[in-house]
Parts: sequence; structure tokens; C-alpha cells
Amino acid sequence: MKTAVIVFPGSNCDRDMAVALEQVTGKAPAMVWHRESQLPDGVDFIALPGGFSYGDYLRSGAMAARSPILRAVSDAAARGVPVLGVCNGFQVLTEAQLLPGALMRNAGLNFVCRTVPLKVENSQSLFTAGYGAGEEIAIPVAHHDGNYFADAATLDRIEGEGRVAFRYADNVNGSARDIAGVLNDAGNVLGMMPHPERAIDRAHGGTDGLRLFEAALGVLA
Amino acid sequence: MKVNVYVTLKPGVLDPQGKAIHHALEGLGFGGVADVRAGRFIELDVADGTSDADLDAMCAKLLANTVIENYRIERP
Repeated sequence: MKTAVIVFPGSNCDRDMAVALEQVTGKAPAMVWHRESQLPDGVDFIALPGGFSYGDYLRSGAMAARSPILRAVSDAAARGVPVLGVCNGFQVLTEAQLLPGALMRNAGLNFVCRTVPLKVENSQSLFTAGYGAGEEIAIPVAHHDGNYFADAATLDRIEGEGRVAFRYADNVNGSARDIAGVLNDAGNVLGMMPHPERAIDRAHGGTDGLRLFEAALGVLA
Repeated sequence: MKVNVYVTLKPGVLDPQGKAIHHALEGLGFGGVADVRAGRFIELDVADGTSDADLDAMCAKLLANTVIENYRIERP
């Protein structure tokens, strides 16, 4: 199992993500700098971490989405390699048009930083197969721009296709239809604002994030 | 050649920042403001003869996120 974490200037959850991946796979991920144009050969799983890539200049995730490594990530995603974007990683995936919609400033304008209940909406995806359908899990959020937006037709489509992975049980940021996590049409790209890598150890206050990594990395299989 | 690009939120897209600015204006005693929408102004200094198609591509590929934003290019 070969994993990679993409590191942008301003990423700040890259090490947490690396700890999560190593805990589950037993092997440290490759840390891939945004200026690289290639991923390690045979990479099985790619994570885009949280943070404030390029200082959120222009729009959150906008610059990172145009960095050289994103072309390689996009190619890998098209080949079916699982790609997980958390928080800023989710913003990057929408800006790169690997996921639909956009993440706007939180409706309440506050930076929201707390553990929130999430409803598992789709428990069939490769990322969420470790959860029960409709199960409520607790995962921390920490963001200013997590207000998910897409036009009504797009929202209807992704809901109809079962591509809403998670919803907020209590909408913390104004997201359309309480959406907290979205899958691409092939189901191998997941973007989510909550941080599963911050809920993998009892010392974190909960371990609900662990099952996402275990499912995605095939440990449960 | 200076080119001005105005990036604005599409109609119907909620603008929390515009709302906050609106509230602040009211707090300062400015009544009669019906609505506030915040956008972005970008000034480009480009080679003379840069084509409209290139300017449009710059906006569509980077300067605006067309999921939520419109843009308008103003040439001298």
C-alpha cells in the first residue's frame, strides 16, 4: 500500500494526515511537494490535507488547484486512484473541478472549530464502507470557508446519484442541504470539510475518523 | 496595457460578506441601503495586443470561479 500526501505552501494538516495514513497502513506516506509534476510510481491513495494553501489567496484552494502536482493528481483520479481531500483539500478539489460545487465563506462569518455530529449519507463508497447507513459520527471541523454551494440542478443530481457522503446533523456553516462531504461520479474522489485524521486516537476525544481510513485503505477487506 | 477585471458573485449566490457589510453600514447610521454584494477587482498589466480570447481564458481558468462568480473585462 503506497500512499501520498500532497504538501502545498500553507498546508498545516499534512503531518496529521501522514500520521493517520501510517497508523493504518504501517508505512509512512510519501510527502509530495506541490512543485512536483509526478506522483510516486504505483501510488494507491492520495490525500490533499487541510490548511491555508497559498494563504487562501484569490479563493481558498484556487492557487493550489493550478499547481503542477494537481495535473498528476487529476490523471491519477481519472485512473481510479482514491483521492481524499480534507478541508482545504476539499476546496482544492472543487477548484480543480474534480468535484462539483464551491466552498464559500461560512454563513455566520465565523471560523468554526469544534467537533460536530455528521450523518453518514452514503455508506457504500470506498471511503465510507466502514460506517452504517445513516450512522451518526463525531468528527472535528476547523474552517472559515466551508459553506458548500452548488446550483439546484447540481445538488439534485449529486443527491440523486448518492454522491453526498456526509451531511451535518447540525449545519454549522450554511452549506446547501447540510452537505459536508461529496463524492465524484466514479466514487473514487471524496472531499469533506470535517477532519477524519483528527479523530483516529482516543486521545483525540474520538476515533470515528479511523474507519474512513481503514475502509479506504482496504484494512477492513 | 491596463485591463480591469471585475469578479462578482452570480445572482442567487448568497453573499455572507456583503450581508455583514450591509449590517455595518446600517450600524453606522446609513439607512436606505437595500443590499450589498462584495466582489473583487483585479488590474492586469498585459502586453499590447493581448487578445480578448486570452483575457477571457485568464478569467475563466483562474481569476473567477465560474461555479459561483461572473466576470467582466474592461479594456482601455
